[in-house]
Amino acid sequence: MNFSISLTVNGVRRDVELEDPRVTLLDLLRERLHLTGTKKGCDRGQCGACTVLVDGRRINSCLALAVSHDGADILTIEGVARGDQLHPVQAAFIAHDGFQCGFCTPGQIMSAIGLIGEGQAGDDPERVREGMSGNLCRCGAYSGITDAVLDVQQGLVEADRRRSA
Amino acid sequence: MKTFDYVRPTTIADAIAAAAEPGAAYLASGTNLLDLMKGGVTRPNRLVDVTRLPGLDRIERLADGGIRIGALVRNADLAHDPDFAKSYPAVAEALLSGASAQLRNAATVGGNLLQRTRCGYFYDIASACNKREPGAGCDARNGENRLHAVLGWSEACIATHPSDFCVPLVALDAVAEIEGRTGRREVAVEALHRLPGDTPEQESALEPGDLIVALRLPSDARTFSAHARYLKVRERTSYAFAIVSATAGLRIEQGTIRDARLALGGVAPKPWRAHQAEETLAGASPTPAAFRRAAEAALADAKPSGDNRFKIELAQRILVRALTLAAAGTPERMPALPASPFSSVSRSDPGVIYEA
Repeated sequence: MNFSISLTVNGVRRDVELEDPRVTLLDLLRERLHLTGTKKGCDRGQCGACTVLVDGRRINSCLALAVSHDGADILTIEGVARGDQLHPVQAAFIAHDGFQCGFCTPGQIMSAIGLIGEGQAGDDPERVREGMSGNLCRCGAYSGITDAVLDVQQGLVEADRRRSA
Repeated sequence: MKTFDYVRPTTIADAIAAAAEPGAAYLASGTNLLDLMKGGVTRPNRLVDVTRLPGLDRIERLADGGIRIGALVRNADLAHDPDFAKSYPAVAEALLSGASAQLRNAATVGGNLLQRTRCGYFYDIASACNKREPGAGCDARNGENRLHAVLGWSEACIATHPSDFCVPLVALDAVAEIEGRTGRREVAVEALHRLPGDTPEQESALEPGDLIVALRLPSDARTFSAHARYLKVRERTSYAFAIVSATAGLRIEQGTIRDARLALGGVAPKPWRAHQAEETLAGASPTPAAFRRAAEAALADAKPSGDNRFKIELAQRILVRALTLAAAGTPERMPALPASPFSSVSRSDPGVIYEA
């Protein structure tokens, strides 16, 4: 039995025919749409490398059936920059050495964008670490990652202050 | 993963009819189910996707002072609902201590109630497991069982129930609303999960086709909001299942405990309400001696199922700590590390007391 689903991926509508309901959102992104920025680490929801935003919320795409997400709006690492202009979180990861090998980085960045959007961590490093605990980094770049998230958060606070001044 | 039929009904009646067939399973977010299917632990013939069923994603305040939570409400949305978190702080703390932010964004209230044990032998299909394959035996019984049950277990199964969320739910007398082939009924969450006995494969009171549509907390559940905590000991600070967890809710009037609610997680095959321990606290002063007596009462029937005798003392200590922190008052803000026993007792500064 075939399933026709329609997704918006990085702002572009994509119609996909699935001949098998077992396809995860992660495998659909990587194998069907060739968006290989989203990484397959553990494939069991334990490492966070596959993190994407679905309808604005960060989830593990490896534990999501594609067919169940018919109609969803998906943002992956390929969709966060504007042309050559990096997303502020991408720029902050570079500025703070928030990675070494880079494999976990797309998931880390998508998770950080999700965390900042959730608005629960603020400028508290402990809350940032807790909020990022679903993303493992084998190279141990955690301190740089925390600094990067705090830096972007600080920039948002200052931008808000300028707007309201 | 074995292949399966996929159906996505739009009415509850259609969902029940589709799921009542042998080999069918409901799919909500799938954060537990897909993991089990990838490992071949669960092999459904049909998935009945309930994510598009209407009306199951609302949090409703009831006229009688209670609250009704639709089964499809996401764990993160419930925990961050300001009124819910203020009225039921231990439930919010339990939710935020579970899994990761990504999983909490996806996982549903109904799914959390029905999540499966994390026993390694249940997950490893090369091991004998009576829960996965009735009559096969239990490799955990003489295996790596440091983290297994000390209450309510049987020779057939020593696995623990993994939920954080369910622990304060049973303490607060939560009720599950269930739609099934014979109509609607209600089951207390405390009675939803069964002890293993000789049939560990029968984990809940649900019949084929039964769908949990909502969860309700009664009006008196919010009377514990000023003195409520959930604490959880883990092998790492975040993103880990409980070795032992405990919730304590107190109603204190003029320095005397009028009512107490206590439950434990990680120690039994189901979220474990400690009724006898609660009774020892009614009318008592909130003192360390009273808390220790309650903790001893809660674990009075405990016995190790293997290399896990330490959990009996650990559970008592974490219960005393939960009572101590609850008596000090619910923190004004959710602690930075929800449910961490390493948080300070201060209400105004719920930060950690060790240098990170």
